[in-house]
Amino acid sequence: MHDRVEAVFREEHGLLLAALVHRFGDLDLAEEVASEAVEAALRTWPRDGVPTKPGAWLMTTARRRAVDRLRRDRTYADRLAVLAAEGERHEPAPEIADGLPDERLRLFFTCAHPALPAEHRTALTLRCLAGLETPEVARAFLVPTATMAQRIVRAKRKIREARIPFRVPGPDELAERLPGVLQVVYLVFTAGYADDRVDLAAEAIRLGRILHRLLCRGSGSQAPPPPTREVAGLLGLMLLTHARHETRLVPLEEQDRTRWDADLITEGTALAEAALTGGPPGPYGVQAAIAAVHAEAPDLARTDWPQIVALYDVLHRLVPSPVVALNRAAAVAMRDGPEAGLALLDGLAADPALRTYPLLPAARADLLERLGRTAEAEAAYRAALDLADSETERVRLRNRLDRIGRTGTVEE
Amino acid sequence: MKYMLLIYAGTGVTEPECTVEDWQAWDKALHDAGVKVSGESLADLVTATTVQVKAGERTVTDGPFAETRELLGGFVVIDVPDLDVALDWAARSPGSRDGGAIEVRPIADFG
Repeated sequence: MHDRVEAVFREEHGLLLAALVHRFGDLDLAEEVASEAVEAALRTWPRDGVPTKPGAWLMTTARRRAVDRLRRDRTYADRLAVLAAEGERHEPAPEIADGLPDERLRLFFTCAHPALPAEHRTALTLRCLAGLETPEVARAFLVPTATMAQRIVRAKRKIREARIPFRVPGPDELAERLPGVLQVVYLVFTAGYADDRVDLAAEAIRLGRILHRLLCRGSGSQAPPPPTREVAGLLGLMLLTHARHETRLVPLEEQDRTRWDADLITEGTALAEAALTGGPPGPYGVQAAIAAVHAEAPDLARTDWPQIVALYDVLHRLVPSPVVALNRAAAVAMRDGPEAGLALLDGLAADPALRTYPLLPAARADLLERLGRTAEAEAAYRAALDLADSETERVRLRNRLDRIGRTGTVEE
Repeated sequence: MKYMLLIYAGTGVTEPECTVEDWQAWDKALHDAGVKVSGESLADLVTATTVQVKAGERTVTDGPFAETRELLGGFVVIDVPDLDVALDWAARSPGSRDGGAIEVRPIADFG
């Protein structure tokens, strides 16, 4: 029973909090009464059963608590009333099944506001929209709970005192503000994969699904505006990556593709297509398309490498980073042979941004191994291992080193 | 909610491209929108003097208090609903361009 209530709350938390923030204009008050409503649910639901509309029940209870609280504390109430009167900028919110308006989009934009430091944005999004407790958020970013609590307090204080509004940016601002929101979600996803925390990656996907539902819904035959196509791109990229999570610790060529999740691939591929339809592509859409090309291939050799190289060319024009150039070089190596790839990698070696990037020696090692230059490959794998900053990456590299070790023995 | 927009001039080698007319247009827009509370331009930095009193003793030194790369050239106080609106006004100011920057600071409310 307790688990059932917890599950309901986790699911409803973002909705509840966003609605309360919109109603009372104060994040602290909203959090306080939301958790009071949950406590009340934990007391009464086991006795009376889970109500048919748990979300509405929680909302009504929380609202009553908020009103009680405001009756007791007049100064607080006056301050909030002033806030509400000054800051009101109504936009109709989409309705959700329970009949409650979905105000989460506002909260997404507030949590990812550019006036907040980047690490506070992710923390606040996980706390407020994913409904994670502070210790869980702390664990996600490998910092002590006290540090994370401090971060969340500071972020909320800035929202309150600098009055960062709870609003969805207008169509003219969306291109500027949406990438910040998407970046927060993708950061959570990549943090999940870096530490082999599949639950965290799943949380990012859940947030991506919410955003996709809220921003790309009901556009019908009309193509969604360019910035929101990137929402489809991001969700597609995450789903296509996640489809391979069972085989994530094994190099791509050794992955048992029957263990890839076919449903996620179908869904992700459709999203990738939507992301690239109806206008110039964005970086998430192109990355999703690359993942989709990998996903449809029966094995490494029969992958459409010319297509992947072409997509990396597009991505490199959009995001001219050395990391993209590195991935492109690896794809060229598959299309034109390891020597061609090595030549491109040598060109990148001078880039200061890649000096401590473990995937550069890892990519070199891979190509050297394929050329049969085992000793050089081994040295490059060890160099990559020294630079690797995540356990997943180290496991992957050790697997490669072991394999070289084995083939080495065979050759003797 | 009141915000002070602190207008910092870039100390880059290139002269700012904005004209007096640009500043006047921004000032007029602030007035027309009814958001401007006050604002002043500051005289040249060489005229600045800093005063500090330590243990009852007054120290007067030539120049600004904080040595920063950017120079405070003026300020405007505006009264707008929230930070997004304040940031919009800052972005519209000629002072945010050509290497300049505008720091947006909420006015403390002790009420």
